[in-house]
Amino acid sequence: MTTLALNRIKKSFGNLDIIRGVDLAIGSGEFVVFVGPSGCGKSTLLRMIAGLEPISGGELSIGGERMNERAASERGIAMVFQSYALYPHMSVYKNMSFGLETAKMPKPEIDKRVRKAADILQITHLLERKPKQLSGGQRQRVAIGRAIVRDPKIFLFDEPLSNLDAELRVQTRVEIAKLHRDIGATMIYVTHDQVEAMTLADRIVVLRAGVIEQHGTPLEIYNRPANRFVAGFIGSPKMNFLDVVASDVRDGGVAIDIAGKRARLPIEGHVAEGAKLSLGLRPEHIGTEGTGGLELGALTVVHVEHLGGQTIVYGRLVDGQSLTVALDGQRAISAGSTLAVRIAAENCHLFDEAGDRIGH
Amino acid sequence: MSISGTTERPVAGGRLRFGDGWAGYGFLAPWLVGFFLLTLGPAIASFYLSLTDYSGLGAANWVGAENYVRIATDDPRFWTAMNVTFTFVLLSVPLKLIFALAVAVALNRGLAGLSFFRAIFYLPSLVGGSVAVAVLWRQVFAGDGLLNQALNALFGFEGPSWISNPSTSLYTLILLAVWQFGSSMIIFLAGLRQIPQDMYEAASIDGAGKARQFFRITLPLLTPVIFFNAVILTIDAFKAFTSAFVISDGTGGPIDSTLFYTLYLYQEAFTNFRFGYASALAWVLVLIIAFFTAMSFLTARFWVHYDD
Repeated sequence: MTTLALNRIKKSFGNLDIIRGVDLAIGSGEFVVFVGPSGCGKSTLLRMIAGLEPISGGELSIGGERMNERAASERGIAMVFQSYALYPHMSVYKNMSFGLETAKMPKPEIDKRVRKAADILQITHLLERKPKQLSGGQRQRVAIGRAIVRDPKIFLFDEPLSNLDAELRVQTRVEIAKLHRDIGATMIYVTHDQVEAMTLADRIVVLRAGVIEQHGTPLEIYNRPANRFVAGFIGSPKMNFLDVVASDVRDGGVAIDIAGKRARLPIEGHVAEGAKLSLGLRPEHIGTEGTGGLELGALTVVHVEHLGGQTIVYGRLVDGQSLTVALDGQRAISAGSTLAVRIAAENCHLFDEAGDRIGH
Repeated sequence: MSISGTTERPVAGGRLRFGDGWAGYGFLAPWLVGFFLLTLGPAIASFYLSLTDYSGLGAANWVGAENYVRIATDDPRFWTAMNVTFTFVLLSVPLKLIFALAVAVALNRGLAGLSFFRAIFYLPSLVGGSVAVAVLWRQVFAGDGLLNQALNALFGFEGPSWISNPSTSLYTLILLAVWQFGSSMIIFLAGLRQIPQDMYEAASIDGAGKARQFFRITLPLLTPVIFFNAVILTIDAFKAFTSAFVISDGTGGPIDSTLFYTLYLYQEAFTNFRFGYASALAWVLVLIIAFFTAMSFLTARFWVHYDD
């Protein structure tokens, strides 16, 4: 069942178009992550759904009802802000009950809801404290608690983990995922961190310059990025792109020359003979052992990062193009040495000159 | 520690040699001279004089606490001045706070020409305390003044002379004081800007309308600024002098209805040449102001919210 539907949603400030026609349907209980670089409009889109930012065009509906003109408090949403936006002069309890008191809910019902939310988030012992007496992680929980008590149709999270340190971020990420499983609510989550996007989302929406570049499950996006932008944005270390030229186009395949060797890759659609293409290779798919696949030739190692579980190698191919390789485990590789690298054909991504995927 | 060229810092508990820091005191000298000669010195001198019968000329004879005893037991004009001053403080301070806050909130809405209106509203605070404006005020509220001319023209109403009527004269001075709301307004504006916007966004998602946002978010978060303004305005109001002096021609009249405390003190000193007694009055005022300020700070923890 569709909970939220965006239909040709637009936002402009004067002549500047921030959101340029977004269509999206989000199902009940789905966890959707908006991801994209700074300025892509993901926060603006979230704020438009929340009712904090007027919608310039298109239609927003929640639960089948048009919401464009409805006040934020009437949309059945709750929002967790990046800064938490806790009321500093109110206790944790009051922070959570403020909205319910405003709605003139009976006191016993308010108390029941606040205590239940506090129980879920394990902050019952903090209820009488003021926000300034809490740690960053605890404030984060209170902000989530304030959303839970409203019992919203949709939870909106605006980069909620960006003010936490690395360790706490991972821990809170796990808790948000667990919370989603436990209460089964629809959640929309904005982040610029692709790891958060991959780990939390049922579905990722990749935005750039106010347009949806691609949406799909995390693995769909990882395995079949729709274009160079998405391919480069999702995955860490970033995907390598090598310049290649299409030749011998026939039978749904194309030949490319790489490191002095010719290889054939299957493609969908048509490519002109001699077209400039990008060959996308994920660092973790490139290996040093085995046979078959694409031989990329000798890699001259420029720099090595030993992460313990992984060894990241930065180097240059024979034709001078840079290539990053992520190898499993610990390898005795040092700068200045050379490695023979290769990749399986099914892990190659081909993009045309416009950046669109043409690979298999 | 010397100023020139060394990066060494004095260690806690380390010994400072005599002569260290002379350069520092040199730079402080203008302030130190001013403080000792123009502030602390006269303060001590006035306390000494308050225990004498000094008349401005001749010897100051020691009379002990006699001046203070007389203030407390045998001076009806002291009580009149107290009455006038407290009425002035208790009315002008809250009115000024409310007015300044209301204008600040209106200006903070982000209307066009904010800096223009901010300057216009601040103007009375620059000129309002001056003699010239007090003179102008007298013209406005006199029997044939601007106010009555306007009332007459608009409603055919023959107004009284507001400043020569003992039951209204003080209120014209309160009005003059409230009109000078500008500096409090500027401080309120700065305070309003400090309140994070997302606090209001969270409140609007929580369903709070503008009024509820103002009373439950803005006012509580503004309490440190309200407190600061209240203390400053209270101290200023107790010390108010110029407007009453100019408008009543230094008499505090009609029939002592504008006899501010400081005006009475001035009369005792410079009209009646009782410098000893005036000094005692000054010290009583110091105690009153100190008491009110202390009370403000003591009650502050019950209503002033400090973030972090």
